Amino acid sequence: MSEVTSNLVSPQLDAPVVGRRLWRRVLGNPVGFVTVLLLVLIVAFGVLAPWLAPNDPNLARLELTNAGPFSTDFWLGGDNTGRDILSRLMFATRGTLVAILVVLVVSSLLGGTAGLIAGYFGGRLDDAADWISNVLLALPGIVLLIVLYTVIGPNILLAMAVYGVLISPSYFRLVRSLVQSIRHELYIDAAKVAGLSDRRIVARHVLRAVRGPIIVHSAFVLASAIAVQAALEFLGLGDPTDPSWGRMLQDAFNNIFVNRVAVVWPVLLIGATTLSLVMLGNVIRDALQASASRPTALSPAVVRRLRAEQVSEAEPRSEAGQSDRLPLLRVCDLAIGYPDSTTTVKPVVHGVDLVVERGEIHGLVGESGSGKSQVALSILGILPPEAVILRGAIEFHGEDLLADPRRMREVRGRRIAYVPQEPLSNLDPTFTVGQQLTYGLRAVKDVSRREARQQLLELLDRVGIRNPARVFDLYPHQVSGGMAQRVLIAGALAGDPELIIADEPTTALDVTVQADVLELLRNLQQERELGMVIVTHNFGVVADLCDRVSVMQSGRIVESRSARDLFASPEHEYTRMLLNSSLDGAELRTPLAVGSGA
Amino acid sequence: MLMFIGRKLAAGLVLFIAVTFVTFLLVFSNGEESVRNNLGELATEDQIAQRVNELNLDQPVLVQYVKWLGSLLTGSLGRSFNSGETVTSILATRIPVTLSIIFLALLVTSVLSIAVGVVSAVKGGWVDRSLQFLAGGAAALPSFLVAIALTFLFAIALPIFPATGYVPFGEDPGRWATSLVLPIAALVIHMVANSAQQFRGAMVDALKQDYIRTLRSRGVPERAVVLRHALRNAAAPGLTILSVQTIGLVGGAVLIEQIFALPGVGQFTIRAAIAGDLPSVMGVVVFGTLLVLVVNILADVVNAWINPRVRLS
Repeated sequence: MSEVTSNLVSPQLDAPVVGRRLWRRVLGNPVGFVTVLLLVLIVAFGVLAPWLAPNDPNLARLELTNAGPFSTDFWLGGDNTGRDILSRLMFATRGTLVAILVVLVVSSLLGGTAGLIAGYFGGRLDDAADWISNVLLALPGIVLLIVLYTVIGPNILLAMAVYGVLISPSYFRLVRSLVQSIRHELYIDAAKVAGLSDRRIVARHVLRAVRGPIIVHSAFVLASAIAVQAALEFLGLGDPTDPSWGRMLQDAFNNIFVNRVAVVWPVLLIGATTLSLVMLGNVIRDALQASASRPTALSPAVVRRLRAEQVSEAEPRSEAGQSDRLPLLRVCDLAIGYPDSTTTVKPVVHGVDLVVERGEIHGLVGESGSGKSQVALSILGILPPEAVILRGAIEFHGEDLLADPRRMREVRGRRIAYVPQEPLSNLDPTFTVGQQLTYGLRAVKDVSRREARQQLLELLDRVGIRNPARVFDLYPHQVSGGMAQRVLIAGALAGDPELIIADEPTTALDVTVQADVLELLRNLQQERELGMVIVTHNFGVVADLCDRVSVMQSGRIVESRSARDLFASPEHEYTRMLLNSSLDGAELRTPLAVGSGA
Repeated sequence: MLMFIGRKLAAGLVLFIAVTFVTFLLVFSNGEESVRNNLGELATEDQIAQRVNELNLDQPVLVQYVKWLGSLLTGSLGRSFNSGETVTSILATRIPVTLSIIFLALLVTSVLSIAVGVVSAVKGGWVDRSLQFLAGGAAALPSFLVAIALTFLFAIALPIFPATGYVPFGEDPGRWATSLVLPIAALVIHMVANSAQQFRGAMVDALKQDYIRTLRSRGVPERAVVLRHALRNAAAPGLTILSVQTIGLVGGAVLIEQIFALPGVGQFTIRAAIAGDLPSVMGVVVFGTLLVLVVNILADVVNAWINPRVRLS
C-alpha cells in the first residue's frame, strides 16, 4: 500500500459541484485534456486487444527472442522467450483494467456504504466502523497480500478484491466526513421536517454532495490499484500464464543485461497510466474547488501595475489648515483590495482617512464586512499575505510606515501594539503563556530572560490576573477566555506602546467579563496616555470608551465626529440606522456618560 | 505522560493481537495443503499425515493460535518448515538490512519534506508552483517503478552504482553506503513527493492561524514566527503523515529488496509465502506489525511532547 498512500489516507473535501460544467472545465485544462486522451487510448488499447493485437500473446518465435523494436514482425520487439511484446502489452492492459475495476468496486461499495451509514446515523455504529477502519489502515497492505498468497495462491483477482477491502477505509473516511459535515445543514433538516425518509434524503441530498470528491478519490485509488497489481505480478505472485504489466516488467528486468529496451515498455505504460490518473484526479479537484476558493497572492508585477492604476480619492491636504503638532497616527486615502482573479483585485477599503491624537480613543464602527478590521490590521502591517494595499499612507508621528516596511517592522510591537478579538485562538497552543509573552517582549526589548519574567509578572498583575506566577506557566488551553484576553492585553503593553489597535476586544467574551476588560482598557489608556483605535460594532463600547467615532460602511468612512456629537445628532443616514438598531430593546447610557471615559 | 504512553501501549497490544489472530486464522486455515506443497509430490499420504501431526496442524486453529502466542511470549516463533532453522534466527540476520533501509529512508524523507514544505509554504509563487507540480508527478509513480528506472539509468546505462547486492556495514562501510544509495533514493523520491505536499499544507494552515498574526504584531521576527511557532504547530499533522508513510514504506521495502537483491525481511517474505512456510510467514507478520506499532507510538509520544493539549488532557 505504499503507493499514493497519503492521498488515500487523508482525502480532500471539496465543494459539491459536479455536472457538465465540471467536465468542460477539466477538458479545457491542457493537463486534463491530455490525461483524459491518454487514459481513453490506454483503455482502448486493452479492451480491443483480441481484435487489434497482431499476435497471440503466448506465441513464441524463438528466432525473435530478444529482437529489437521496429525491425521485425514484432513492432516493439520480442521478449526473452521470443514472444511479441506489443501483443502481450495489449492483453496485459486488459488484465489490469479488470483487476483495478475489482478494487474500485469492492473498496467504493464497502467503504462508501459504511461511510454513509456511519456518518448519517453516528453513535456506536460509527465508533465500531471507525475502529475497524483504523486497524485496516495500520496494516502494511503489500506484506499482507504476499502473506495471503500462502492461502489463495496465484489468484490475482481475489488478491485485488482483498486489496479493495484493505483500502476501503479511505472511502469510508471520505464519505463519512462529508456526510457528517452536511448532516446538520439546514436543507437536510428541512427535508426531515418535510417528512422525507432517511433513504430518500440520502439518495437525493447526500449522494449528490459526495459525488465530486468520490470521483477525485477514485482516480487515486485506481492509480494505487495499478501499482499494487503490478507489484504483486512483479514479485511473481500472479498467474504465470496470463500476461500482465508486472510480469512483463519482471521478465524484462531479469533480462536487463541482455535486452535493455524491453524494460522500457512496461515502465512507460505503468508510469503513464498512474501519472495520468493522479494528474487527472488533481485537475478534477482543482476544477471542483475553482468556484469555492479565492485566488492566492498576486505576483509583484501585477501588484505594481494595480498600484500605478490607482486614482486618489483624497481631498488635497491644505497645509495651512494643519496644526503644528503632528498627530500620533494619520491614515490617508488608504485603499485595500483582495485578489478575485490572477490579475485583478476586489477593493474592500476605498480611500479611508483617519486621525488619532495622542491619548485619544478612536472608535471605528460598522457592520461586519465594512472593512474596519482591514484598516486596523493595515496600521500594524499584518494584513494576510494576499491582501494588496492599493494606495494611501499610514503616518505615525508624521512618518509614512507604508513607504518603509523596515520602519513598520521596527514600530510594530514597540510603539504600536495589537489586541485581537478572539482571545484563545490568539495564543500559540504549543507554548505556555509565559513563554510566548517572553518571546514577544525579548523581541522588542533587550532584557534577560529573568528580567523579562519579572516585568511580565508585574504586567500580568497589572491587567488583573490574580496569580500571575501560576498563569505564567499555564498553557493556553488551561486558561479562561477572559484571562486569555488579559494575557493578550499584557502582551500588547509589554513593549510600552504609544498606540494600541484593538480589534473587537470584547466581542468574544462573556457579558460580565466584557465590562471588566473595557474598564481595564480605559484605566490603562489613562495611566499611560495611550492612543487607541477600537474596532467594534457595538455602540455600547463606543459610548463607554471613545472620544471620537468613525462610522464605516462598505469600505468608506461615512461620518467621523466626536462621540458626544455623534450620539446627540447623527448626521449620516447609515449612522442613524446603526444607532437605532443597536438601541432596539437595549438601554444605552445617555450621551452625558460618554465623556466620562476620557 | 506515563499514563499516555501506557494507554498507547495497551491499544497497540490489542491491535497486535487482532492482526496476528486474523492472519494466523487465514494462514493456518489449511495447514495440510502447505505441508503437501512443502514435501513435494513424491511424499506419501503417511508421510504427510505424520508431518501434519508433528507440526500440530491437525489441532483446531484456535488451539494452535493460543500455543503460538504462548511460545511467542517465551521469544520463540517456531521453526521454518523449509530449513528447520528457528524463525527468530533467520529474522535476526535479515532485520538489520530492512531496518537500515527503512530508517535511512524515513530520515531522509523527513528532512527533505520539512525543508521543501516550509520553503514552499513560506515563499509561495513560482517556487511553490513548480515544487507542487514536480511532487504531483513523483507521487504518482510507484516506488518500484522508480527503482527500475533508477537502475536502468544509474546502474546499467551509466554504471555509477551497483545494480544489485548488499555489503554489510561491518565489512566495508563505503560499499555498504553505495549499495544503499539507489534503493533508498527510490523509496525517498516517492515518499518525499507525498509528504512534502502534505507538510506544505500543514504549514500553510499553521501560518494562517490568528496567533501567528498576533506574534507578528508583537514584533517577533519572521524567522522565529515560521521556525519556532508555525513549524511546531505543523508538527502534529506532519507526524501523522510520517507514520502513515512508514506503513507504506514497509510494503515498499519488500519490493525494493527484491529489485536490488538485498537480503532483508522482504525477500524472505516472498520466499516464505511462495513455499508455504507458515511459521516464517507469521514471523514476518509479527515483525511488520511491531514495526508499524513502534513507529506509531513513537510518533504519538513525540506529538504529545510537542503538543501540550495531547499531553495534559
